[in-house]
Amino acid sequence: MNFFNAIAIGFKEIWAHKFRSLLTMLGIILGVASLVAMSALIKGMENGMREALVAIGGLEKIRLEDQDIPVYQQHLADQAVGTTIADVYALEKSAPLIRLVTPEMRVRDVTITRAGKSFNSWNFTGTWPGALEMNEHVVEHGRMFNEIDDESARNVCVIGTAARDALFGSPDEVGREIIPIGEHINIKGQIFTVIGMFKHYESEQDAKRRELEKNKPKEEATGPARSRGWGGSRRGSSGIFYYKNNTVYIPLNTMWIKFRSATGLNNLPDQRLSSLSMKIRDISQLEPALQQAKNVLMITHRGIEDFSFQTQENWADQINSSIRNARLSGGFISAISLLVGGIGIMNIMLASITERIREIGIRKAVGATFSDVFIQILVESVVIALIGAVAGLMASYGIVRILVMISPTENSPMITVDAMAIAFAFSAGVGVMAGLFPALKAAKLDPIQALRYE
Amino acid sequence: MSLVELRNVSKLYHLGGEEIRALDDISLDIESGEFISIIGPSGSGKSTLMHILGCLDSPTRGSIQLDGTMIQNASQRQLAAIRNQKIGFVFQFFNLLPKLNVLQNVELPMIYSGKNARERRDRAMAALKLVDLENRMKHRPFQLSGGQQQRVAIARALVNSPKIIFADEPTGNLDSHTGEAILELFSTLSQEGRTIALVTHDPEIAARTPRRIEIRDGKIAIHVDMKLAGLERK
Repeated sequence: MNFFNAIAIGFKEIWAHKFRSLLTMLGIILGVASLVAMSALIKGMENGMREALVAIGGLEKIRLEDQDIPVYQQHLADQAVGTTIADVYALEKSAPLIRLVTPEMRVRDVTITRAGKSFNSWNFTGTWPGALEMNEHVVEHGRMFNEIDDESARNVCVIGTAARDALFGSPDEVGREIIPIGEHINIKGQIFTVIGMFKHYESEQDAKRRELEKNKPKEEATGPARSRGWGGSRRGSSGIFYYKNNTVYIPLNTMWIKFRSATGLNNLPDQRLSSLSMKIRDISQLEPALQQAKNVLMITHRGIEDFSFQTQENWADQINSSIRNARLSGGFISAISLLVGGIGIMNIMLASITERIREIGIRKAVGATFSDVFIQILVESVVIALIGAVAGLMASYGIVRILVMISPTENSPMITVDAMAIAFAFSAGVGVMAGLFPALKAAKLDPIQALRYE
Repeated sequence: MSLVELRNVSKLYHLGGEEIRALDDISLDIESGEFISIIGPSGSGKSTLMHILGCLDSPTRGSIQLDGTMIQNASQRQLAAIRNQKIGFVFQFFNLLPKLNVLQNVELPMIYSGKNARERRDRAMAALKLVDLENRMKHRPFQLSGGQQQRVAIARALVNSPKIIFADEPTGNLDSHTGEAILELFSTLSQEGRTIALVTHDPEIAARTPRRIEIRDGKIAIHVDMKLAGLERK
């Protein structure tokens, strides 16, 4: 008997007991669907967790921070130059593993005013146009300043939406979105032209919540207008996005000349950078790249180690480990439910061969061998499992939709091909395991006994 | 050399510590083309004899040769192949598969001998034509009368052109009229040169075959051969 005959017989047998087969498959269907839906949920969770990591520049971004001079170099403290623009040029020229370097010069406690409104930016930074790519910024309106703006130290700025909300009014209050391109604002006494505005950064959850609330009718306001206090839905996990929306960028030279002139020596404004960001070429080369950067910087810093690197490795590791744990526990539960489905198949196969003892006897009398009968029963069990698996994969789409409907503001679950392949392979394995014992039992039947069986 | 040669075959069963001799030192030859009946009361051992002859069972002692092959120490796989290629069975209760239609039932032995679909169909149609049922091939067994079902079973037994056909009480479940037709069919097949062994408890049926063997208590009690006696009917 060839394999296709066995499969054809398997299908016929399943078709002959449609309802029973369906009930048997249900275990596998639910098992596969829950496995795929669970992994889709975890994938969504992972995307949500990585969202914030990506928003601050990803794992490839390394920050160079100032550090106290180590004790054994204390006597050299006078000669320390600190982080300067020279470091940036040196890294650009001599560290090929580093793709992008941007200097950052920050001034704290800056009050920005316009027409009686004021705004305190947490992130008022003078930088290069490359900061756009470095920090994953997107200019939605207007433009980023360019090298010429920087060269001539022009008073131009690119602002985040939080600055716009504070100085011009937020869309919620005004009822329309104000695009303040070409407007002038006063930063610490200097007049700046707004030439660009970033897009509004928010987590996927916040975006969804906002989308939902847009369609809801406004709640009836009762009593005098008042602030309802903290603890609402607005804050929470989205600190990084909040910080990012607070950004106000101006050209590095503008910052240096206009805001650093009060400090510094020899009639030269203080050239030290607040920090320096680098992007490495390849994440697998993180450690060599760090070593390269350190070698270069040790020269420009005259051998004084007054700097340190900051990466997001711990954060990424933490995400990885929590995702792994979620996968493990979810996968374990789904695997158990698939196994239960397999036990259901085994049970039905045992019942089925008991009621087909006579048939097996007839097949053996006309020449079926041990392996013919064995393969027939095994194939039948595997076919049930595989049909169940296919149905389960389809059902998982439905389950994911239901999940999205139940909690629309969670991160969208994402069905992955990997999870589907694993679920399919696993149920095929379960089908084989469930079929082995019944197939053995059927194949071992004595033909005479089987023919006499009533 | 005979088609079937049984030499000193015994079959013992153990039932609750007691030894039962179902067959006791039987020797028997069946020639190619013979029409033989094996008769005996129930419990005499005739079914055991047929099972051993039909390669469904193996003897405790003694040797069997079928078409030149020693089968008393053949493996299960070899026995299955012999049943498939050289032996056709017809049972009292027809033993057709209720889920398959007539054509598929007749094709069944050829599925296990690895014939392709086209050849299976052609040969099954030819076998059904032989038993005069070619217009019923799409019917299910339960849609046919008992006599028709038995003819389907005979077609199934014939389809792989076996060396010998064993019929175990083929008329036992049919009324006398239909039973008569089935026996006629066997006679016709015998005249066409097929070897047939009929197992029955009914002396009247046994009387229709040229050669009769009566089994009692596991031994051949009476052996009647009309050819030897010069009484061949034809």
